[in-house]
Amino acid sequence: MPEIKNYTLNFGPQHPSAHGVLRLVLEMDGETIERADPHIGLLHRATEKLAESKPYNQSIPYMDRLDYVSMMCNEHGYVLALEKMLGVEAPERAQYIRVMFDEITRILNHLMWLGAHALDIGAMTIFLYAFREREDLMDMYEAVSGARMHAAYYRPGGVYRDLPGSMPQYEASKWHSQKEVDVKNSNRQGSLLDFVEDFVQRFPKCVDEYETLLTDNRIWKQRTVDIGVVSPERALQLGFTGPMLRGSGIEWDLRKKQPYAVYDKLDFDIPVGLTGDSYDRYLVRVEEMRQSNNIIKQCIKWLRENPGPVMLDNHKLTPPDREHMKGDMESLIHHFKLFTEGYALPEGEVYSAVEHPKGEFGVYLVSDGSNKPYRLKIRAPGFAHISSLNEMTQGHMLADVVAIIGTQDIVFGEVDR
Amino acid sequence: MSDAVDKLVACLQDRFGRAISVGVAFSEATAEIAAKDVLATCTALRDETDFAFTQLSDLCAVDYLTFGQAEWETTGATGSGFSRGVDDRELVPGIGGNERRFAVVYHLLSITHNVRLRLKVYLNEDEPIVDSVVPIWTGADWFEREAFDLYGVMFTGHPDLRRLLTDYGFIGHPFRKDFPLIGNVEMRYDAEKRRVVYEPVSITPRTLVPKVIREDQADHLTGNQGGSHNA
Repeated sequence: MPEIKNYTLNFGPQHPSAHGVLRLVLEMDGETIERADPHIGLLHRATEKLAESKPYNQSIPYMDRLDYVSMMCNEHGYVLALEKMLGVEAPERAQYIRVMFDEITRILNHLMWLGAHALDIGAMTIFLYAFREREDLMDMYEAVSGARMHAAYYRPGGVYRDLPGSMPQYEASKWHSQKEVDVKNSNRQGSLLDFVEDFVQRFPKCVDEYETLLTDNRIWKQRTVDIGVVSPERALQLGFTGPMLRGSGIEWDLRKKQPYAVYDKLDFDIPVGLTGDSYDRYLVRVEEMRQSNNIIKQCIKWLRENPGPVMLDNHKLTPPDREHMKGDMESLIHHFKLFTEGYALPEGEVYSAVEHPKGEFGVYLVSDGSNKPYRLKIRAPGFAHISSLNEMTQGHMLADVVAIIGTQDIVFGEVDR
Repeated sequence: MSDAVDKLVACLQDRFGRAISVGVAFSEATAEIAAKDVLATCTALRDETDFAFTQLSDLCAVDYLTFGQAEWETTGATGSGFSRGVDDRELVPGIGGNERRFAVVYHLLSITHNVRLRLKVYLNEDEPIVDSVVPIWTGADWFEREAFDLYGVMFTGHPDLRRLLTDYGFIGHPFRKDFPLIGNVEMRYDAEKRRVVYEPVSITPRTLVPKVIREDQADHLTGNQGGSHNA
């Protein structure tokens, strides 16, 4: 019988469970991983260099395309950095809207993660369930910004516009009868807030449904318990943040510890894991969805009671409304200057971080006093997580690599930037 | 937060004295250290209970080559119209000169004290070399590889300093300010040779919005709400 030698296995870059374009070079001893060398950069678009050649506002849409499953949270990080340097703060209503959409985004992200992670491991149903709820969340994005994913909704000084009073409706067609469409439209008769509220009422039941499928599922547990265990000390050393850090038992959440926007006025809990394995990270993220649901509920209540401006009235920063531009020269000039030249930030540097669904999303901004960033560095949580892939997969089986990529919640838009 | 920052600044000055220069801006602490002190300072910052910076949030490089240089003259010269726009400005060393061309910036986080610290190390143009902090924070590994790839900053003692984000066989350090935004080469599939070929870029660079520095803009933004100021 021939002797089995170590061999090298190339995984990806076009592989469905590589979550995008990851090329992994695995050194194997039989089925066991000896060393994993991730090759990234296949989606590198030099977002940071592109931002250096544009006025500040024009980079907001680039932020959506970083982590393209948690769009608005990326925008939030960038916009907060700008606001910090400008020394302005968005109106309170805008901050509540931002928090509400941050949490909608968190659910959106966690659903994508849950569906994809489970699918990688072989649970098909959950993927379809998760996408059913994602559809409603995307509709909320669409209602508020006009885009289902790349919203560009947050702006320095507030949000682009107030929540709409009506929801877009489905229309009957050759393929969908009026009766079918009426059922689909039944929860879209009121405002966006009514639609969100309806979702919030329904969603805890949906999470229960996911849990029925997975939490006590024997196969799910066999594939995740004791897979990719990270001790709290190592998690800190490796630069883990978000659910990856909390799964290892460290209670650290920027929404609580360094609150931004209105998180200090809201009531929510931080779930923490015990063992630091994939199963605990699963439990943490599922609980986070429930907590996000609660936060959204509180935001809806506040937003119903407190109408008000959603954008600062400082037209060096924010566009004047069209009506004024027709009759007022000043507004016309402001509009022209804002969209041709933009605004200059004072010289200096800031680092601002938000609790993104995947971890700490940081924006380091250096300004030399001009209308474009001198240097923009995006600290993507996934970048730190995937750099630990070698350590996390060592000694595991080949099939566990897929489970570990899944548990890290990798999205290449932000890893490669 | 700002109390914690003040306390941190006091602690830093006590502990490191002249080896470190600390400043606070936008309620964030920034400390500048010399390249030779990196290992000792970082080890102390991680291990001593006053600091306990157990996590490295971020590490990146900055190229200060064109810092503070605008592409559009804003004072005087109004009669000359578009000629104010500077197209092919020669690259002259920025404020720091060749000695302070690059900076490596570390963002540290202390979970016990809930405070952040930014460390900056300036490096010269000819030998941008600094000690690697991978032995102190394992997470620095890829961040340093990225800084090397994009800026050409070397990290001595790094276990595996390879390119990270750019293509296999890429030449140059693309985030340097003297590297053109459009790049140097483009690639396409050549049907005759039946492989991907690299060629010099066929597009020309253009500035859509010139970089403008307005000295008085900062007052406009915060002081003047809704504006009667002449724009």
